[in-house]
Amino acid sequence: MVVVKNVLCSFCGCVCDDLEVSVEDNKITGVKYACALATEKFLHSQEERNPDPLMRADGGFRKVGLEEALDKAARILAEAKYPLLYGWSNTSCEAIKVGIELTEEVGGVLDNTATVCHGVGLEAIQDVGEPTGTLGKARHRADLIIYWGCNPSQAHIRHTTRYTAFTKGLFRSQRKDRKIVVVDVRKTVTSKTADLFLQIDPGKDYELLSALRMAVRDMEFETEAVAGVPVEKIEELAEMMVSCEFGMLFFGLGLTQSSAKNENIAAAISLVRDLNLKTKFLMLPMRGHYNVTGANKVALWQTGYPFAVDFSHGYPRFNPGETSAADLLVRGEVDAALVVASDPASHMPWAAVKNLANIPVAVVDPTLTATSLLADVRIPAAFNGIEYGGTVYRMDGVALKTRKFVEPPPNCLPDVEVLENILHKVRSLKEVA
Amino acid sequence: MELLIKNGIVFDPLNGIDGQKMDIAIRDGKVVESVSSGARVIDASNLMVMPGGVDLHSHIAGSKVNAGRLMRPEDHFRDPEAKTPTTRSGVGSTVPSVFTTGYRYAKMGYTTVFEPATPMLKARHTHDELDDIPILDKACFPLFGNDVILLEYLKAGRIEEAAGYVAWMLEAVKGYAIKIVNPGGLEAWNWGGNVLGLDEEVPNFGITPREIVRSLCKISKMLNLPHPIHLHPNNLGRPGNYETTIETMDCVRDLAGEKPVIHLTHVQFEGYGGRDWLSMSSEGVEIANYVNRHGHVSIDLGQLVFGNATTMTADGPFQFQLYQLTGNKWTNSDVEVETSAGVVPYFYKRSNYVNAIQWTVGLELALAVRDPWRVFLTTDHPNAGPFTAYPKVIAWLMSRKARERVLSKIPRMARKRSNLSSLDREYSFSEIAVVTRAGTARSLGLKNKGHLGVGADADVAVYPLNPREVDPSKDYKKVRKAFGNAVWVVKEGQVVVEKGEIKTAPRGKTFWVKPDIEEDVLRLAAANLKAKFREYYTVEFDNFIIPEDALARPQVLKAG
Repeated sequence: MVVVKNVLCSFCGCVCDDLEVSVEDNKITGVKYACALATEKFLHSQEERNPDPLMRADGGFRKVGLEEALDKAARILAEAKYPLLYGWSNTSCEAIKVGIELTEEVGGVLDNTATVCHGVGLEAIQDVGEPTGTLGKARHRADLIIYWGCNPSQAHIRHTTRYTAFTKGLFRSQRKDRKIVVVDVRKTVTSKTADLFLQIDPGKDYELLSALRMAVRDMEFETEAVAGVPVEKIEELAEMMVSCEFGMLFFGLGLTQSSAKNENIAAAISLVRDLNLKTKFLMLPMRGHYNVTGANKVALWQTGYPFAVDFSHGYPRFNPGETSAADLLVRGEVDAALVVASDPASHMPWAAVKNLANIPVAVVDPTLTATSLLADVRIPAAFNGIEYGGTVYRMDGVALKTRKFVEPPPNCLPDVEVLENILHKVRSLKEVA
Repeated sequence: MELLIKNGIVFDPLNGIDGQKMDIAIRDGKVVESVSSGARVIDASNLMVMPGGVDLHSHIAGSKVNAGRLMRPEDHFRDPEAKTPTTRSGVGSTVPSVFTTGYRYAKMGYTTVFEPATPMLKARHTHDELDDIPILDKACFPLFGNDVILLEYLKAGRIEEAAGYVAWMLEAVKGYAIKIVNPGGLEAWNWGGNVLGLDEEVPNFGITPREIVRSLCKISKMLNLPHPIHLHPNNLGRPGNYETTIETMDCVRDLAGEKPVIHLTHVQFEGYGGRDWLSMSSEGVEIANYVNRHGHVSIDLGQLVFGNATTMTADGPFQFQLYQLTGNKWTNSDVEVETSAGVVPYFYKRSNYVNAIQWTVGLELALAVRDPWRVFLTTDHPNAGPFTAYPKVIAWLMSRKARERVLSKIPRMARKRSNLSSLDREYSFSEIAVVTRAGTARSLGLKNKGHLGVGADADVAVYPLNPREVDPSKDYKKVRKAFGNAVWVVKEGQVVVEKGEIKTAPRGKTFWVKPDIEEDVLRLAAANLKAKFREYYTVEFDNFIIPEDALARPQVLKAG
């Protein structure tokens, strides 16, 4: 048995990098220090997995050779007028780079899962900027932690023990050195450990953030409650914010995907910005997939835009609503799709999924997802961080490199290689044409 | 592969060549004595030939540059670049995407550009981006001036161990030189504060910026690093800050050696007199006078160019102040244990007297510092203007007439508070070659760059201008145009720009420095750090280290 130390976790945006994985005969037999969610991913990554390239035939799928599947995927892209290349958050930056080059080559649209997740937060940053910092800032300095619209105890399980409430930092040594505040529409496991919990009416985040900005500026309220929260509680939180030495606001999809979307985040940023006139305050989104941050970063440095990048004019264009995946699918504007390391059929609106089912689709994914079931061709891939190594970005933008510790099944190449193959084939097809 | 650049009018100041007509022979990426008759010939008759440009301070890659890209969609919309058979698509303007950065530098005849501010924890990101910038050779400077671990060593007076730590870090993150930004001030910014003088104590650490600068200067010398400490001093961007700037240069005077031991960067932002914005004046000449009298200092300009810019520095408190001043959008990005950073878009107006004074400061410095080997051309891209404005700055340096044209249009108050109109000096082509390649290459310790002698890297720029016919003083527009678009650019012996267009875009190298330190001292430093690493960082020691093979084309430079 081999024990691999300091393994990076390729599950959520925390990208914990202190895991220990035991491997015996190319089989993962144990995982130490990982959270429950990650443990399951590691232990079962080698099971429940169809390692075959598949192609649609007679209302079902037939097994094909890898080469044939790659040819088919390349043909789908080369023949399309306006293809969508979607996913990218569960793979390596190296694969994302090839994905961008491929999208540019076929004049399509590159979009990543941030488009239905934290993308609105990125749009807010385009409008107003963002006071942020790495996770270690919260660990060493923060005496006030706010979790807004997120439930780390169940979604980012080690967040509180590695970075916030239950960790030891240079200037904060124990739990009682910090105040924890939770703002959510319901009681959660996280809210039970909080010093203050504000239960907010669903969809009223913008109102509460605006009220907090008022309270921080010592303005009077002419009402008893805002967003279902009594004014006294709002003032109590405002007082905690103003009087802390170092505050940090973490926010999740409860804030990004409730009704005012990017305006919610702009309001949160404005609140944090105001607070910096009085104390030190930072904020950070609780990014979901382990490399969704990387997908945004690579797209930014190569194209200038973080997601929803359209190459149909030959140069990068960005206009979410027009160039974002769900909108393109709902309007039926794209005529083919390549889905990499993502499952839009499970997460997109029904109207989008319906149109996705009506166009040629190629899927590259280690597992057999719902999207692969409506695809024309499905190419299996190896798991990043288990079966091959690649660069990933933690939720706070710290880049790390995953490692390979088991061999992938035959036919399962790292997706960077799959994509390089497809790119090469697309170029030859276009040359022939 | 062989190449012969024939009959060009060559400016190669490191080899004493000042406008002589000669041939440059190239084989296998290097300049050689001669080539065979089969060599490809580039006819450079009556064209100006210089070594490839070397930029020692331009924010082209990394976490804060990408934060700038995220914040500036309105900037990208203005300046898209479409894909061509030889180039990738991208966006330009003040925070260009990586491919566009490489192409635009190459088109100006630049072949080496250094990214000057990298948090160690985010160095992997910087290298990721540097690897993606085509054509150019690159490197990055890690930020040490507010590093908690370093400050603790200094507080305890353990400079030998601090030197071991710096050496280990430089090697671990594949950095090139010691960068210091607002020493001590960024640690204070962790609590929303700042440090406003060289002798003000850093909160919680009981040491002063003076001690930080002096210690790092000593460490840089102990490790025999090829480039001196690269310093962005305290009080940047504040009226009256020129005194701090001079004090900072003076605080390491006793450490002087054969070459400069301190490089002050983007000094335009550090050369202001007055007590507030109303009474602000240019003190570029004061600083230049200090530089003229003291050989231990070199500077670069950070020349301001009117128009659109994106300010980005590790100086978090300064950026916050700029946000308060302008009300523009503001990004702050702090990195645990090490540093902060900030980004604020800015538009420099010729009609604004503060901006106009800033414009004069950089030019005063360039014209009043007598030794061109210790003053370099930068715009602190994209802080005082984008690198694509270099040709404009060159025209101002070479032509009093070009300067007067702008001077006549700036507010009278700005003219009165600057000495610029009294400076008659006009740079020669040779001096331009010094401040844009020969001098910078020498300052960086790049022995094969910035010149065209036998053995040099075959990085060559051929500009569409006959320096024997054109009088830059009068025809400054021709000069500007020529430096903006080279006819031919050769990188490592390969023609990358032909007839002004990108012909091919090979991958450049990334330099990193292996400090001059005994192996057992380094091992001890590593062991000490490993033992306490988890107390400081949220990543594991082993995952923090960037192995050499993580870089696409690393090139190690042994110090000493």
